[in-house]
Amino acid sequence: MSYYARKIGFFLATLWAVITLNFLIPRLQPGDPAELMVKKLVGKDAQIDPAQVHAMRVMLGSPTGSLFSQYVEYVKQLAHGNFGLSYFYFPFKVSEVIGQAIWWTVILVSIVQVLSFMIGMVLGAYAAWRRNSRFDSVVTLGSTFIGTLQPFWIALVLLYVFGYSLGWFPTSGGYDVSTPGFNYAFVDESVRHAFLPAMTLMIVTPIGWILGMRNTMIMNLGEDYIRLAKAKGLPDRVVALRYAARNALLPSVTGFALALGSMLGGAILVESAFDYPGLGRLMGQAVTNKDYPLLQALMLLTTTGVLLANLVADLLYGVLDPRARKAEG
Amino acid sequence: MSIDVMAEGDPDQASAVKQVSSSKPASWHQVIWSSKKARVGIYILAVYVLVAIFAPLVTPHDPLDSTFTPLVGPSSLNWLGTNTAGQDLASQLIYGTRVSLIVGLFGGILATAIALLIGMISGYAEGTWLDDILSFFTNVALVIPTLPLIITLVAYSDVRGPGLIIGVIAITSWAGPARAKRAQIITLRNRDFVTVAKFSGEGTFRIVFREIMPNMASLVAASFIGAATGAIAAEAGLAVLGLGDTRAVSWGTMIYQANLQGAMTQGLFVWVFAPGLVLGVIITALTFVNFGVDLLSNPHLRED
Repeated sequence: MSYYARKIGFFLATLWAVITLNFLIPRLQPGDPAELMVKKLVGKDAQIDPAQVHAMRVMLGSPTGSLFSQYVEYVKQLAHGNFGLSYFYFPFKVSEVIGQAIWWTVILVSIVQVLSFMIGMVLGAYAAWRRNSRFDSVVTLGSTFIGTLQPFWIALVLLYVFGYSLGWFPTSGGYDVSTPGFNYAFVDESVRHAFLPAMTLMIVTPIGWILGMRNTMIMNLGEDYIRLAKAKGLPDRVVALRYAARNALLPSVTGFALALGSMLGGAILVESAFDYPGLGRLMGQAVTNKDYPLLQALMLLTTTGVLLANLVADLLYGVLDPRARKAEG
Repeated sequence: MSIDVMAEGDPDQASAVKQVSSSKPASWHQVIWSSKKARVGIYILAVYVLVAIFAPLVTPHDPLDSTFTPLVGPSSLNWLGTNTAGQDLASQLIYGTRVSLIVGLFGGILATAIALLIGMISGYAEGTWLDDILSFFTNVALVIPTLPLIITLVAYSDVRGPGLIIGVIAITSWAGPARAKRAQIITLRNRDFVTVAKFSGEGTFRIVFREIMPNMASLVAASFIGAATGAIAAEAGLAVLGLGDTRAVSWGTMIYQANLQGAMTQGLFVWVFAPGLVLGVIITALTFVNFGVDLLSNPHLRED
């Protein structure tokens, strides 16, 4: 099997595992969602009419039949992009609710991810090149300390200082009064709202990149080809960038998707803290409201996103590093 | 992720280490103790452990006792003031230490045990179908983003005791360590002492866990501390989202309550920031201890 076929195979197998997991998790738990929803509508202590529960079950399309036939039906619905109805935003479909939130998160997370990757690579490479210098120790120690802080806590600090005390940035939401679309007022407002959430993630996410890049770069700097490059009299800049950094970049490519997954976790908490209208806040709401169809769709969506990113990184790695293709092929 | 990277061998720690006398190999506690960072970490950790054990002696109040005047500032009665419900914040912080340490200890143990079992067997059986299956599971678990999965698992349970939270954290966080142990055992399994054990007729299980594992003790310790750190952070994150243990006071639930009651708009910053601060300090302490443990597994860091 070629490198690429194996990576695509792994992606498909993982996707299947995730879908199956997502199918099984709610079915392993006791409780009937239809009953729960009727309870919510009529109040906690009121009498529950079985007819109501039945009507609700029909309306929500609650599954019937054997576990296997449910599974087949579930996969069929997924293939049609049908995630069911949201319990909380009833009668809206889950896909509509997610459609409203997804771009906020995608834009926020991708900007932060790309920027922190670049910052991490540059700082890490420079710290390794000037190893044991003041710059190096500031970067390494600083990263170590900041790395122990929790994203949601940094979010609260920034929110308190720049949102409430200084009033420089809005404290919640994604925009105020303008109509969403490509106009000046909306772009201006959304950037101002996104600034603090983005800053929070920007403080935390580059750290892994910085330390990882620094370590691989230091290892690379000890290699013979670097000594040769120096002996040839190549300028420092060329040796650092075109030789060492270029090779040290490689392992970071595969880390890209895994880092995306861990940043997603941070984004969920940060979005909730800033009441930012993205997927993370939606997930928090789905949890509080026991909106299981929404929660499941979100879990599936975020996981698939990370898996896709992982696939892209793997394929890219195969292109960038011929050794990867050969070694396992 | 950041913490893992730091723990896995910063080439520069040598400077922090005193030269250990070369006449005989230093014992493990001497090596850890020789690192200044690790010493600081152990001191801090000791304080937390003592506070957790003797919580009722440290503070006179029950953390859930809501009979105090709400929203008073720090005083001799309420060291850090009270919250909107009239509960003593200092007592909540002190009792919160218990939740974090318990989750860290047992979450760390459980995650490390799963990682050991899967990683060691997979690595020892490298190249066989067993390894293929276990590696596949490890890789799947590794790419699935942890927090959304934890949230989904916990959200379906109505009663959220510490057991559930520990279990969920453990079964979602073993993959990275398992892969590291697999890689490590692959380098060890062809050593002479393993061959000898095989020829003397020892069973696979015994070879893996009695012959090979002791050689990886420091790695196992490092991965336990890493897992415990992750578990403490994950518990706090869950609780901040309102998914914490419904009956206990933890640092995360404090932040959740503070947010819910609008502590930020009212300028009650002790309520919001203190839990995050004590959380940050214990995670720093654990990271520091791991610097010391790293010296054990990587002697290169020791010699200057």
